[in-house]
Amino acid sequence: METQTVKQNKYLEQPKERISGSEAVVRSLLAEGVDVLYGYPGGAIMPVYDELYKYQDEIHHVLTRHEQGATHAAQGYARISGRVGVAMATSGPGATNLITGIADAQIDSTPMVCITGQVPSHLLGSDAFQETDIVGISTPVTKWNHQVTSAAEIPEVIAKAFYIAKSGRPGPVLIDITKDAQFEEFDFEYKKCEGIRSYNPIPKTDQATVVAAAEIINAAKKPMIIWGQGVILGEAEAEFKAVIEKAGIPSAWTIMGASAIPTSHPLNIGMVGMHGNYAPNKLTNECDVLIAIGMRFDDRVTGDLSRYAKQAKVIHFEIDPAEVDKNVKTEVAVLGDAKTSLADLLPLLNENSHTAWLQEFKDLYAIEYDQVIREDITPSKAGLTMGEVLNEINSQSKGKAAIVSDVGQHQMIACRYAEFNETKSNITSGGLGTMGFALPAAIGAKMAAPQRDVVAIIGDGGYQMTIQELGTIFQTKVPVKIVVLNNEFLGMVRQWQQLFFDKRYASTEMTNPDFITIAKGYHIDATRVTKREELADAVAEMMASDNAYFLEVCVEKENNVFPMVPSGASVSEIRLS
Amino acid sequence: MENNINTYTISIYTENNIGLLNRISAIFQRRRINIESLNISVSEIEGVSRFTIVVNMTEEQVKKIIGQIEKQIEVIKAYYHTDEETIYQESCMFKIKSELLFEAPQIQNIIKDSNAIIVTVNKDFFVLEKSGRRHEIELLHRELSAFGIMQFVRSGRIAVTKSEMKITEMLAAFNN
Repeated sequence: METQTVKQNKYLEQPKERISGSEAVVRSLLAEGVDVLYGYPGGAIMPVYDELYKYQDEIHHVLTRHEQGATHAAQGYARISGRVGVAMATSGPGATNLITGIADAQIDSTPMVCITGQVPSHLLGSDAFQETDIVGISTPVTKWNHQVTSAAEIPEVIAKAFYIAKSGRPGPVLIDITKDAQFEEFDFEYKKCEGIRSYNPIPKTDQATVVAAAEIINAAKKPMIIWGQGVILGEAEAEFKAVIEKAGIPSAWTIMGASAIPTSHPLNIGMVGMHGNYAPNKLTNECDVLIAIGMRFDDRVTGDLSRYAKQAKVIHFEIDPAEVDKNVKTEVAVLGDAKTSLADLLPLLNENSHTAWLQEFKDLYAIEYDQVIREDITPSKAGLTMGEVLNEINSQSKGKAAIVSDVGQHQMIACRYAEFNETKSNITSGGLGTMGFALPAAIGAKMAAPQRDVVAIIGDGGYQMTIQELGTIFQTKVPVKIVVLNNEFLGMVRQWQQLFFDKRYASTEMTNPDFITIAKGYHIDATRVTKREELADAVAEMMASDNAYFLEVCVEKENNVFPMVPSGASVSEIRLS
Repeated sequence: MENNINTYTISIYTENNIGLLNRISAIFQRRRINIESLNISVSEIEGVSRFTIVVNMTEEQVKKIIGQIEKQIEVIKAYYHTDEETIYQESCMFKIKSELLFEAPQIQNIIKDSNAIIVTVNKDFFVLEKSGRRHEIELLHRELSAFGIMQFVRSGRIAVTKSEMKITEMLAAFNN
């Protein structure tokens, strides 16, 4: 018999009690099981902060140093745990500072609830102090948003917010609460939202499409899978693994799909996209059946669409009907949740092993290894490379660390070379490409998964976009490991300037501060590595540390990331140099 | 053909919520699609609003737009139809100097032939209302322009579809 202890939530389904709107906000969060939220107080949200003070034994509010940091921390929390991240801010600038993180969560389908204070309802539209139309501003980048002007709406709206953020294809929700609604008293009771009549989170899977998909896959000679974050969001890792192993299909991942199966899995053929692996990019244009699972054919994945997989029959497993045929025309679309649709598919598949076809990937990998990877991860030349830092982290963490990367060259290197043994381990800003994401996201990730090593890999540019969150790390003592790969350049832009703008390095060279002194100013242990022989010991010290740790590695200034599918090129035109 | 530009009438059944117009119009704005006309009203179902939006685009584009619209939480269902699949009308009003009724009596024939309705008359002006297809309204506008129009306004298209849209069944299914 299954034995399971269900922790009773004492804030759910209780008799009505007369409390203020602001207390209702906190109790609603507790009823949703929120244990930590990230935010920054201010005038219009003060009543809620007053309640957070009273409930501080039950809910941990983390004061970030900027509201953008609060959203990225909430995202990191959500991405590593699958739970909804929560961010809070005041009206006006507090609210607008959330927008970058909200947009990031929208494009990367991250479940997040943001709560903002708003000026009292009688002042709405009067250009009051710290008034912005945050519902208007956030509309294009939220899955749903709503303004609350009376306390009685609060429990129902928060319940809806959590339901919408987490269900179906997840995304960010913003709730804007006027200050008078926070003060107002009403009879509170909390019920979880179980459905919204105009919203169908998971489209029903048509079994005929599953059968059609299975027939095409069974008949395929050179099938290839590209999976995305849908496998992770749908918690379909086991079903996915069973499908690829039974049918013996070489499987590649998008940046958002990384870590759903271990890096070392024999059918894992690497990353697709602009800086993905040589084999899966090249062979995308040679497979006869392309099976896309929980991915959306982003332009960074497809390159020139008119020359993308034209020879292949495309099958798309997808939860969001709007993604089907959006960029790539499908032969068969299987709508629904990956966990169930892949489970439906499994018994219909023939056992197979496409050995010769898989060998084609291995052969191309060997070429990539010879021409790119070996020199990246075990360089023969003087000057540290980003790849060898990742290689060192891999060997010391045994692929167990969660890697939180920022945006740029180091991100591509991290995604290319980090080894993953556990799902939900690659936390990065994929769709929006938000520099400044990693440091605060690592804070949230570590808090959500304190048992895991969380290593932030950041460039010197992005690091300085949210460097103030060192203050949050110092104050909360959250033991994140921070690695800055410093090439004193905005490296990815510099690479493009070198390749496509005749080396005119416009505004990409950085005169950086002493990062060690800055970290030490926040009382964070810090080491700088400038020589290869120092690297292993420094990484060992960082990995062994029980505290937050800052490691700066001064890498070669003008190294490039290859392979590369140049912008506008076809995936099969991928360059190795 | 999927790649021919055509006129499509988009019908959207939604919850009646503040901000939804903003959310829906943002879908068009972001893709640089010009909305030819827009009308929002109650629908045949209590508490459910109906948007009627006219656009000129390819069928492939309109399918994608419908997908984006249906993705919005408070949208119950969205459809697109060609002109042949709908019964549609626009409405317009003209404000004209009353003295013209006597000085230019052919106006009376124009009114009669066009099936326009005189909504009100006073000693300074009279107001004509005409419902119909765009070309009928444009013809009347041309004819009256010769005499001088004080004010003119035309509504967005409203349309009902020849086929069923089954919103009631959809909502009933949710309640069960």
